[in-house]
Amino acid sequence: MAENLFNKVWDLHKVKRLESGQDQLFIGLHMIHEVTSPQAFDMLRERGLKVLYPDRTFATVDHIVPTASQDRPFGDQLAEEMMQALERNTAEHGIEFFGLHTEHQGIVHIIGPELGLTQPGMTIACGDSHTSTHGAFGSIGFGIGTSQIRDVLATQCMAISRPKVRKIDVSGSLSRGVYAKDIILKIIASLGVHGGIGYAYEYAGEAVRALSMEERMTICNMSIEGGARVGYVSPDETTYEYVKGRRYAPQGESYQRAVEYWKSIASPEDADYDDVFELDADQLEPMVTWGINPGQAIGISEPTPRIASVDRDHREVAEKAYAHMGFEAGEPMKDKPIDIAFLGSCTNARISDLREAARYLQGKRVAPSVKAFVVPGSKQVAKQAEAEGLPRVFADAGFEWRGAGCSMCLAMNPDKLEGRQLCASSSNRNFIGRQGSPTGRTVLMSPTMVAAAAVNGKIVDIREHL
Amino acid sequence: MQEQHIAIQYVEGRGIPLRGNDIDTDQIIPARFMKRVTFDGLGEFAFYDHRYDEDGQPTKPHPLNDRRFKDGSILLVNSNFGCGSSREHAPQALARYGVRAIIGESYAEIFAGNCTAMGIPAISLPHHDIEEIMQIVEQNPATPITLHIHDEVVSVGEHRYHFDLSPAYRNALLSGAWDSTSVMLANLEEIKATAARLPYISSFESAEVS
Repeated sequence: MAENLFNKVWDLHKVKRLESGQDQLFIGLHMIHEVTSPQAFDMLRERGLKVLYPDRTFATVDHIVPTASQDRPFGDQLAEEMMQALERNTAEHGIEFFGLHTEHQGIVHIIGPELGLTQPGMTIACGDSHTSTHGAFGSIGFGIGTSQIRDVLATQCMAISRPKVRKIDVSGSLSRGVYAKDIILKIIASLGVHGGIGYAYEYAGEAVRALSMEERMTICNMSIEGGARVGYVSPDETTYEYVKGRRYAPQGESYQRAVEYWKSIASPEDADYDDVFELDADQLEPMVTWGINPGQAIGISEPTPRIASVDRDHREVAEKAYAHMGFEAGEPMKDKPIDIAFLGSCTNARISDLREAARYLQGKRVAPSVKAFVVPGSKQVAKQAEAEGLPRVFADAGFEWRGAGCSMCLAMNPDKLEGRQLCASSSNRNFIGRQGSPTGRTVLMSPTMVAAAAVNGKIVDIREHL
Repeated sequence: MQEQHIAIQYVEGRGIPLRGNDIDTDQIIPARFMKRVTFDGLGEFAFYDHRYDEDGQPTKPHPLNDRRFKDGSILLVNSNFGCGSSREHAPQALARYGVRAIIGESYAEIFAGNCTAMGIPAISLPHHDIEEIMQIVEQNPATPITLHIHDEVVSVGEHRYHFDLSPAYRNALLSGAWDSTSVMLANLEEIKATAARLPYISSFESAEVS
């Protein structure tokens, strides 16, 4: 049996085996943002350490930026203070910073690929659990905590145990109205929110091969919601073509040599895996969550599960979910009225997400009972959308068009749910309180399903509206 | 807070039974309390939305509001504790509340990694052991709990439970060598050698990987 991509890339980056039993792994690209890095820089200062590879470290600002007005100073003094800390730290250590003053600011997992920083065969770390997104390129992306950010800043390495590798083989093809978001929600619902602990997920199969890079990013993004810290897709022509010509991508002859390297680290057909899970894309329908974690998801035509049918280990969480959401077991999610429609986040705020939603919204109007807004994932996404006239389509439909940032995915900025509002959201987490109101409710779905819910004032089956 | 290179041989204290699977880091520390550039003062916001009412009073029923467990420093949890966001603010908030060790069924990986990096032992026991320990502590909150890192044993009053640590992590805790920055920086030459062989650092001049 042949080595899979994960093990090849791991071995190439392994510095040595540590006494702790973990491996010291070299990190090829370190991305930082304003929320989880300031304490790490303070730790460096306390120890008199410097950033070992500032030229392999890149920063942006995304979590705390307001999306309605991005003028400085921010209205929120704490947000302004975090922004200034990042400006100081990046200047002091010579780290390139894609701040609001640049045309490349955006959600960290959207700008990395956009700039060509994210490349196949790399190890990537960032103080954010959705770093798995970068795995779409056949790189290995790790979400890390602040002490580990200190480690990567000071040593360009992290100490970590090698996980096992599970191949997620998705056969068939997606029907109309079914998207990459539905694939990953189905995987998480099938394997559970802790099914991936101790594993890296390799997404493979003909359905995955047929996806664009942006769709692959949506899938890899939510690996962590299934407990897998790392998720990736072995690179192919789609990958090489996407990377080509981007600002930090290898150029000219160097690009040609790079493609040879990228091909050499791809998983061969006969690669060996610790486990395999199979899914048939032909059988998929649009997915929605009904509960308080992303594993509590069902097809739009299915009823919510009866408590008695829920696995014993998950019963208590299911009961908690029904109590919080105010739903009854056994009823469908279809026709549930919504208050807010949020189209954004590192999961689904790329240009293809916006295009698809805008195509549906053409000539339609958001229901009067719904507040709807769209937050492009980066300034580049916004720029491209403007070139295609999308902001006008959204505005005509009654969606507010905002500036780039994480927005209501985690509500560390002015975008928050109020009270028990129910939000149709293209983001990645439906945890209690996640969108800024302790009693607020989140239903995760694809961006086009969000747009359709906004127009109809309730959750619908997009397939009946295309 | 814990300084680098502090050996951890024992953790002694009383327990705080916190029931529930899949408790995510948004519950442990809601994102709005992360708007700060240090970890200072995070302890008071631990489990904020589960503890405080709309008037900001700690009136909700929660183990951290329960006077019986107010002297507790060893958190008892169920499975997949700390899932979701990578925020180290979560274990930092727990540590600043006074948590010195965690005993549970299982942990999300990033959370466990953060605990390791902070020198907070997060050990695993089977479901029935956790249930028994929680019941003992609920019946008698003053029951002394001790983690013996060397012997890989937790004593809870008269009861003893064996847990497994990797030999190396156990040694790291015992010797105080869990500070990964110093350990890894000592390998600077190997770090540079690894970087030198990476194709993307040398403009892809080096040979492809077979």
